[in-house]
Amino acid sequence: MSDVAESKRVIPDRLGTKTSRILASWEVLLFGVAVLIFVFNSLASPYFLNAWNLSDATFNFTEKGMIAFAMALLVIAGEIDLSVAAIIALASTAMGAAAQMGVGTAGLVGIGIGVGLACGAFNGLLVSGLRLPSIVVTIGTMSLFRGISYIVLGDQAYGKYPADFAFFGQGYVVWVFSFEFALFIALAIAFAILLHATNFGRQVFVIGNNEFAARFSGIPVERVKFILFLLTGLMSGVAAVCLTSRLGSTRPSIAQGWELEVVTMVVLGGISILGGAGTIAGVVIAAFVMGLVTFGLGLLNVPGIVMSIFVGLLLIVTIAVPIIARRVREMSR
Amino acid sequence: MKLAKKLALGVALAFAAMTTAAGAADMKIALVVKSLGNGFFEAANKGAQEAAKELGGVQVIYTGPTSTTAEGQIEVINSLIAQGVDAIAISANDPDAVIPALKKAAQRGIKVISWDSAVAKEGRIMHLNPSSNELIGKMCLTLAKDHLDGGKGDFAILSATTTSTNQNTWIAEMKKQIKDFPGLNLATTVYGDDLADKSYREAQGLLKSQPNVKVIVAPTTVGVLAASQAVKDAGMIGKVYVTGLGLPSEMAGAIKSGATKEFAIWNPIDLGYSATQIAYHLVKGDATGKPGSDIKAGRMGSIKIGENGEAAMADPFVYNAKNIDEFSKIF
Repeated sequence: MSDVAESKRVIPDRLGTKTSRILASWEVLLFGVAVLIFVFNSLASPYFLNAWNLSDATFNFTEKGMIAFAMALLVIAGEIDLSVAAIIALASTAMGAAAQMGVGTAGLVGIGIGVGLACGAFNGLLVSGLRLPSIVVTIGTMSLFRGISYIVLGDQAYGKYPADFAFFGQGYVVWVFSFEFALFIALAIAFAILLHATNFGRQVFVIGNNEFAARFSGIPVERVKFILFLLTGLMSGVAAVCLTSRLGSTRPSIAQGWELEVVTMVVLGGISILGGAGTIAGVVIAAFVMGLVTFGLGLLNVPGIVMSIFVGLLLIVTIAVPIIARRVREMSR
Repeated sequence: MKLAKKLALGVALAFAAMTTAAGAADMKIALVVKSLGNGFFEAANKGAQEAAKELGGVQVIYTGPTSTTAEGQIEVINSLIAQGVDAIAISANDPDAVIPALKKAAQRGIKVISWDSAVAKEGRIMHLNPSSNELIGKMCLTLAKDHLDGGKGDFAILSATTTSTNQNTWIAEMKKQIKDFPGLNLATTVYGDDLADKSYREAQGLLKSQPNVKVIVAPTTVGVLAASQAVKDAGMIGKVYVTGLGLPSEMAGAIKSGATKEFAIWNPIDLGYSATQIAYHLVKGDATGKPGSDIKAGRMGSIKIGENGEAAMADPFVYNAKNIDEFSKIF
């Protein structure tokens, strides 16, 4: 009981002068974990340190990472979107239907991103327009969006995408650097600037820390939240284009369960699940950590179930260590 | 307990992989399944290991995602490509979505086949079905014959729904081949809609309205279970027998009670064994896997590859009092 009260009291502390130091330590810690995993993998498997193999490994996290950037902003603002995987399914289904009708690659990309934006706008309207709790809204739209895909497709699949559409998920920009990886890096930079170097980003932090105060400071809370849902929808649409292109086909079960993996990435990246704190750099490192772990363990043919246990432990450890360290520091003060 | 066991197994596997990775000049065949922790696939792995032992110089990598997703299987395929395995034998979660990943594997010289659950034909050399419609129809008639005195008498079919594609194909095959079974007479066909209670009632109805029927053949796991229950409840054990296609774990009780003497379904051990044998011969290069050709599969004999590169392994496997205990633990 006292623990709960204490942790609630601790949260505002993050805004104090020590904030930057604690946050920095989080990313440093996570980076250390990433390096450790990299070294371990290189020693454990002779196949790990190979440019093409590492390039293949990036596909394990690039699409989820793109969504995680937008999700990070949303979580910092104290909201969440659990419908992201369902948006991928709906956007992919729309692209598949259009491809059957002979729409070209540019049109397909437009449709995928458009559907993503529309779904994001729908979530945003329900949350900021009707002031409904985002977790409830997006659990609902999660079933709604994927449900539409199931109605359209049933047990069928869409194939027959144009040949040049394969570039987004299977193409390479230079040497081993895939289009998806390049896009992932570009988006990471864009989101880092948006969150850490603009007025908008500052407003997101303020809303997450104290929405009430934000309103009184004249921040257009509802508009900011709407834009964040729009961004999440947009990134889900982009991820849908990449994933559909990579798979070369669409089924309504596409990207099943990804919402939890995206949220895991965000939390592992040090974004406070209670809102108000976190960095894009953390999410980028978390994406790498998750990708390296799954690929490294995969190379050792470790069964998937053991892999999920490992990711779970990693999540708990990386979250627990800074909190315990802070407690220890506070006690010794 | 189960979790601890799996964890221990995982660690052991990881360790084994680490120790063998360095010195192994073995042929590496990956058995990729829909998801781990499924008895059917564990049994297939048992068969694959048996084949590996028999062939010698073969290392079977048994792997798959935790949940039955195509994306999870693609991650697995990518890590197998990275390890430079010689062959991938996959039971696919999605016949289309795994194709780009499997094509990449093929480009790097990996022989790809599918088994159990097929990959569309662009993505693999060949697909191994556990059986064929023709063989299933024949097996159902053989089972009916074996339950009748002197192989002669009336039998009835308890099917799933009137629109079930698989069941209708099998029933059509039975009707086509019944001329090869003199003395066997199909009295009627009823439909239990693959619902336990409706199947039970239909079976009860058969017992009352068709006193000549001595055998009920149910080519569906729901039907065969419900019918054996109906026979038992009506006190007709020994007078009317039930047979068909069922799962050993569900049918163990019916075998014990005597309502069923034997029934059939694919044998996952044989399936894993054959898939490994086929992959081995494709890598060795002494088989092409092209439609119309044959591939040797050890104790399963020679398997002929038909159109679309699809092959049928064998007759469905017959389960009876002798082997039910062993298999009811598996699936």
